[in-house]
Amino acid sequence: MTRLQAVAAPLPHDSAELHVTGRARYVDDLPEPQGCLHAAVGQSARAHARIVRMDLSRVAAAPGVVAVLTGADFPGLNQIGPVLLDEPALAQHSVDYHGQAVFAVAATSYELARRAVTLAEIDYEDLPAAIHLEDALAENLDLLLPYEMRRGDPDAAMARSAHFLEGSFRLGGQDHFYLEGQIALAAPGEDGGMDVHASTQHPTEVQHVVARCLGEIDAKVRVECRRMGGGFGGKETQANQIAAIAAVLARKTGRPVKFRLDRDVDMTLTGKRHDFRIDYRVGFDEDGRIEAITFGQAARGGCSADLTGAIADRAMFHADNAYFFPHVRIRSRRLKTHTVSNTAFRGFGGPQGMLGIEEVIDEIARHLGRDPLDVRRANLYGPAPRNLTPYHMEVEDFVLPEIMDELEQSSGYRERRAAIEAWNRTSPVLKRGIALTPVKFGISFTTSHLNQAGALIQLYTDGSVLLNHGGTEMGQGLYVKVQQIVAEELQIPTGLIRITAADTSKVPNTSPTAASSGTDMNGMAALAAARTLKERLTTFAAEKYGVPAHKVVFQDGAILLGEHRMSLRELAKEAWMARVQLSATGYYATPKIHYDRDQAHGRPFYYFAYGAACCEAVIDTLTGENRILRADLLHDVGRSLNPAIDRGQIEGGFVQGLGWLTTEELWWTKEGALASHAPSTYKIPCASDLPRDFRVAIWERGRNQERSVHRSKAVGEPPLMLAIAAFQAIKDAIAQAVPGRGSPRLDAPATPERVLFAVNELRGRTAALDLARAAE
Amino acid sequence: MQATETDPRPGNGTGEPGPIPVVLTINGTERRLEVEPWTTLLDLLRERLDLTGSKKGCDHGQCGACTVLVDDRRVNACLTLAVMLDGASVTTVEGLAQDGQLHPVQDAFVEHDAFQCGYCTPGQICSAVGLLKEGRARSDDEIRELMSGNLCRCGAYVNIVAAVRQVMDGTGAGR
Repeated sequence: MTRLQAVAAPLPHDSAELHVTGRARYVDDLPEPQGCLHAAVGQSARAHARIVRMDLSRVAAAPGVVAVLTGADFPGLNQIGPVLLDEPALAQHSVDYHGQAVFAVAATSYELARRAVTLAEIDYEDLPAAIHLEDALAENLDLLLPYEMRRGDPDAAMARSAHFLEGSFRLGGQDHFYLEGQIALAAPGEDGGMDVHASTQHPTEVQHVVARCLGEIDAKVRVECRRMGGGFGGKETQANQIAAIAAVLARKTGRPVKFRLDRDVDMTLTGKRHDFRIDYRVGFDEDGRIEAITFGQAARGGCSADLTGAIADRAMFHADNAYFFPHVRIRSRRLKTHTVSNTAFRGFGGPQGMLGIEEVIDEIARHLGRDPLDVRRANLYGPAPRNLTPYHMEVEDFVLPEIMDELEQSSGYRERRAAIEAWNRTSPVLKRGIALTPVKFGISFTTSHLNQAGALIQLYTDGSVLLNHGGTEMGQGLYVKVQQIVAEELQIPTGLIRITAADTSKVPNTSPTAASSGTDMNGMAALAAARTLKERLTTFAAEKYGVPAHKVVFQDGAILLGEHRMSLRELAKEAWMARVQLSATGYYATPKIHYDRDQAHGRPFYYFAYGAACCEAVIDTLTGENRILRADLLHDVGRSLNPAIDRGQIEGGFVQGLGWLTTEELWWTKEGALASHAPSTYKIPCASDLPRDFRVAIWERGRNQERSVHRSKAVGEPPLMLAIAAFQAIKDAIAQAVPGRGSPRLDAPATPERVLFAVNELRGRTAALDLARAAE
Repeated sequence: MQATETDPRPGNGTGEPGPIPVVLTINGTERRLEVEPWTTLLDLLRERLDLTGSKKGCDHGQCGACTVLVDDRRVNACLTLAVMLDGASVTTVEGLAQDGQLHPVQDAFVEHDAFQCGYCTPGQICSAVGLLKEGRARSDDEIRELMSGNLCRCGAYVNIVAAVRQVMDGTGAGR
């Protein structure tokens, strides 16, 4: 008899059959409780204004309307901010962004609720508004205090460097565009209770915010989430407001209330990835090796703090990506604008910081006329003393040289670069480019106390198991991975383990399912619970059957007791008869991590996840249109818990990153209204945008050096940053289109428009140079 | 013959024209319904007939999550008014499996992990079934192009294309 192998098996997603038959229930699919009302919000038509007069009498009198709610009507606090109390659920007295929720209604149908909110009469008195990052920089509108990390003496070292460059570039934000928009269904219970079904990555925070808005104790609010139709960070804090409005309306009317955002409302009301401006100064030697570097990162926070502090911190933590800086200073500003409050998005600032240094490396290479890959390699972390990050953490598990060697070979980077250069000489309009870039991404919440998780396992007397933990399922495959971990530990088939919805009444005080940490933490907590249960059963069986504890072996659906053998069903029944507790909790706190924010010094990450990508792009120099022709990804997931799921995360992360850096452009009017608020104007990747030749591999030698669950590594966010190779390949194609004239000026996303401008700007440089030469 | 089902919701009181009778065959069952002229097929399916498999992603006909088959042709149910379909036959994701057996496209989606969050999946599957019936796609490139109206934010496209390809080529391993 062999051990049951559930871990490392490429099992399908736990809801696979439900998904393909349309039976997987999302919040909007739940049967509506009797008397259920539907909510809608009235949104601000101004970016920054005082509300002079608000007359909602026509709204209240509209057909089907049962209740109208303003910020003044909240039984508790009208506050949804996750960290600071600086964000009202419904604006009072003044508005801080175009599209902000000002009031809400509950009506007998969705349609009637939406019609009613259009009837409000609101007079505004405009106040000065900062819409874009530049406006906020010009006005010195800091949302939070600036922050700095430093090591060594960058100014002095830079003065001694043989080469020096400085520059600045912009990179855009990103809308989550989860296919399932934000939604909550709140049902009032007895004695002040409130049950909420929410599409949220953070049920505990929704519980806290709902309780806060209702003025109730947390224990009276229960939040449940079985699955989300995509989260990507957009349902980490942004679900708070939706649930809070639904719950307060439910309290006010005494009836269940469903609040589902229409797509345009979702895009104008809820936060996005932060756009950044990054300034740099860098000193380096002939090989392109960085001697000193300074970064100025400016993040557009929007109108409230939300998670901007932690996001801007993570951008700083990734300003080094995979490279050692002998002398470094990173300054970060978090700016306030009168636009929607920007929020978590897969990577949480990491992608922005990382794109910054990859741009700098590319600039260095072009300045020296070297292959950017050689400059990347020259700057990689190495043995001490070249292993210290700007925040003084030692990089102990640096496997990137191996990964990059392998990818350079398997992608044929060198030969293809030569072939592309030859091809470009014969192609007058279309030009190709290639790039190979690494990713090093820190795993753990940098807010150290969030690195904890809990789980609950219940064994029933028929041998079946109910599994619950604090993690939420948004498609990333967390639930099946944790199920696999428990199945292997208890040695029972996954079919006997019932996965249940995240529920604040089962596992409390949970952290958000975010920072790629879902499996690391909840998997460990569930493992701990399974072990506790196993220990109790082992002790009981050893005593009852007179065998030593080490002879009690759980194996392939059975329990072996020396010569004797029984099923888990039999053992569960016997243990119950003997009054042994069959329910166990488990808990996990990530070890080793600490960070002193005042000193910018510590070990914020348990470990790093690594990967590398090689992309080839083609551009049309007459239109700026561009495509990724081929992408080779090699990514380290440690020892994979589920290769099928991990591969999906790698591909999907890359595709989402590709959208961020190429087609997804958020556009605000000068009045501060988001013009790109539907798929008609906001372009996420579709099937035909994929690289024609897409080669994805999990790094076979991957193994987490730290004692993570089965030595696996987190995989949610890191692959998104593999798409930086695509951006750099497009930039390479632009440079190759107009050779010998320096580095292209290209901000992200590389839309056709920006690519065309960059080509033309380079050509302009050529013309200017030719003129100068002619004059000589 | 079934009794006519009327809109159970309270009167909307807006003085607009009343419900219109239509006959639809939905997943093989004939339904006689009275629907408001502005009711979309998607709302009819989801709100009245409890067929919640088809999803509302954008409500603008631009994401494809609501894709269903009308007389074997794929349409965006959110842009199709129910009253326009009098006499038509509608197949939703719930109607694809026959006699407890998944449709080959459903099988292939499971086999290839052609989804993550699953929200676009019913639309992808209906779209793929329609595409296969059209017989227009022959290569992976053509599948990508002709499936480009169905967005997947999780980016499971590689596996979606592989699943469609498998059914197209008739190379399914079966389960």
